[in-house]
Amino acid sequence: MYNKQAFIALYSILAKEVSRYFRIWVQTLLPPAITMTLYFVIFGQLIGSRIGDMDGVSYIEYITPGIIMMSVITNSYSNVVSSFFSAKFQRSIEEMLVSPVPTLFILMGYIFGGVSRGLLTGIIVTIVASQFVDFKIHSWPILFFVVTLTSMLFATGGLVNAIFAKKFDDISIVPTFILTPLTYLGGVFYSIKLLPEFWQNVSLGNPILYMVNAFRYGFLGFSDINITHALILISCFIIALLSLAYYLLQKGIGIRS
Amino acid sequence: MSTKAIEIHDLKKIYGGQFTALKGISFDVEEGDFLALLGPNGAGKSTTIGVICSLVNKTSGSVKVFGHSIDNELEAAKRCIGLVPQEFNFSQFETCLQIVVNQAGYYGVPRKLATQRAEVVLKQLSLWEKRNTPSRELSGGMKRRLMIARALIHEPKILILDEPTAGVDIEIRRSMWEFLTELNKQGTTIVLTTHYLEEAEQLCRRIAIINQGEIIENTSMKDIISRLDVETFVLDIDSMPEKFPEINSVTFRQRDDTSIEVDIPKGISLNLIFSWLSEQNIQVSSMRNKSNRLEELFVKLTENAA
Ligand SMILES: Nc1ncnc2c1ncn2[C@@H]1O[C@H](COP(=O)(O)OP(=O)(O)OP(=O)(O)O)[C@@H](O)[C@H]1O
Ligand SMILES: [Mg+2]
Repeated sequence: MYNKQAFIALYSILAKEVSRYFRIWVQTLLPPAITMTLYFVIFGQLIGSRIGDMDGVSYIEYITPGIIMMSVITNSYSNVVSSFFSAKFQRSIEEMLVSPVPTLFILMGYIFGGVSRGLLTGIIVTIVASQFVDFKIHSWPILFFVVTLTSMLFATGGLVNAIFAKKFDDISIVPTFILTPLTYLGGVFYSIKLLPEFWQNVSLGNPILYMVNAFRYGFLGFSDINITHALILISCFIIALLSLAYYLLQKGIGIRS
Repeated sequence: MSTKAIEIHDLKKIYGGQFTALKGISFDVEEGDFLALLGPNGAGKSTTIGVICSLVNKTSGSVKVFGHSIDNELEAAKRCIGLVPQEFNFSQFETCLQIVVNQAGYYGVPRKLATQRAEVVLKQLSLWEKRNTPSRELSGGMKRRLMIARALIHEPKILILDEPTAGVDIEIRRSMWEFLTELNKQGTTIVLTTHYLEEAEQLCRRIAIINQGEIIENTSMKDIISRLDVETFVLDIDSMPEKFPEINSVTFRQRDDTSIEVDIPKGISLNLIFSWLSEQNIQVSSMRNKSNRLEELFVKLTENAA
């Protein structure tokens, strides 16, 4: 039944999600603005001016796309992981489970909620960045496409994490031990061309590298890797994770006994 | 033939592949009925309700809600049910109004209509003044009422309440009873679990008793009351007689210096006891039922089965 009623349900989930992060904006929308300001001041202005150019643009300009992407990734992920886990923990998820919302729409509700926060954070950080850098945009469509797909991917990742999580610790393990290292090593702050060949190849195994580079391409028009490859790769990851999340929700893993 | 609101057949639930919570229970609830599902702690009441409302995956057996099987017509089944769970399950920071309106949304009720309905149910349950209060700031009794409001927002044909009056004060409990009776009169089928047998006796027309995952009784309230053959009264008296008389099969016991207990089989007139007492020149200052009769029968039934 993917009819009007299901879309009303989707709207309700989305409204709930959006009002959640707006209600706690001090924890959700403000921190990225502050962190990113620090990045720009320290890496961009103080240290950046000593580093000189990277790939032919000023260092601050080089790192801007990666920094925006970094906050999009963290916020998309953490929105869904905390919202879904707390719904599980407080059992308010039962409100949806007893109702006839199709699983696909519950999935979409949470993912779109995460994407909306990811994009909003992206916009906030971009506005902050524009105070420090004069950037030009090479391709709007690519920019928009990459940021949306990335946000979607990590929102889904957050959902899968939350489905498996049994205690609060479990929702910070993945961000701390996997997400943050991969992001820092994902070419946000440097071009992988600076690395020895061995480490260049290792870096190519890091999915975040593709997203950061594709996004940078949208801004600056160059990238360490092939854009088409990057988009295909991201899409494959999304399809895989979405299918997994759908399967888990449908089965009621972690939410139905 | 009347429609069945719920048909449960040979329902089994084994938790985690080890613990058998339901050993294959079967029972029906007729449309328009008011059923009390009773049983001691851990009997399997919430598990049964969980399966009906798809919060618990069944191990085997079948469940139909208004003819819709939860296996292949789950959505239609879900639309018929409103659930008031045993444990509070709100999102703590959402307000009463948000909770109720969002719940309506999950059932596909358009926002505008949902808001109108929310006003009606919140007023009915005396929560309208609290509409903008986050759920965690409500008292226990208010939370219970909010769960009822939330369960009714999509106008379900059957309302299932898992211990709705736990921790609710007497006044609100009585108003809840009135509310539920009225709702039932207007055609909503109601199933409720409770540990207050007085409540079950007052409200319900049918009674099902579940013990250790098995249905041990499923009958009308009338029938079960008629089976209570002996009633025990406590009499407060001003002096103790030397010895007790032999009156039919009435038994007397001394409780303390100023009160006695009398077991009186059905059909025996209380006058017999009073006239004997006045012959002895003993004044009865007050009299009461020893305890809820249903409670005793309940204990007997669940003990036997164990
Ligand atoms: N998620 C679960 N995992 C394992 N066992 C469970 C689970 N939920 C309930 N049980 C067990 O199943 C049995 C029935 O529990 P249930 O909650 O249905 O009882 P109940 O009749 O509702 O009791 P109460 O009156 O205390 O609410 C209990 O022994 C309980 O320990
Ligand atoms: Mg229970």
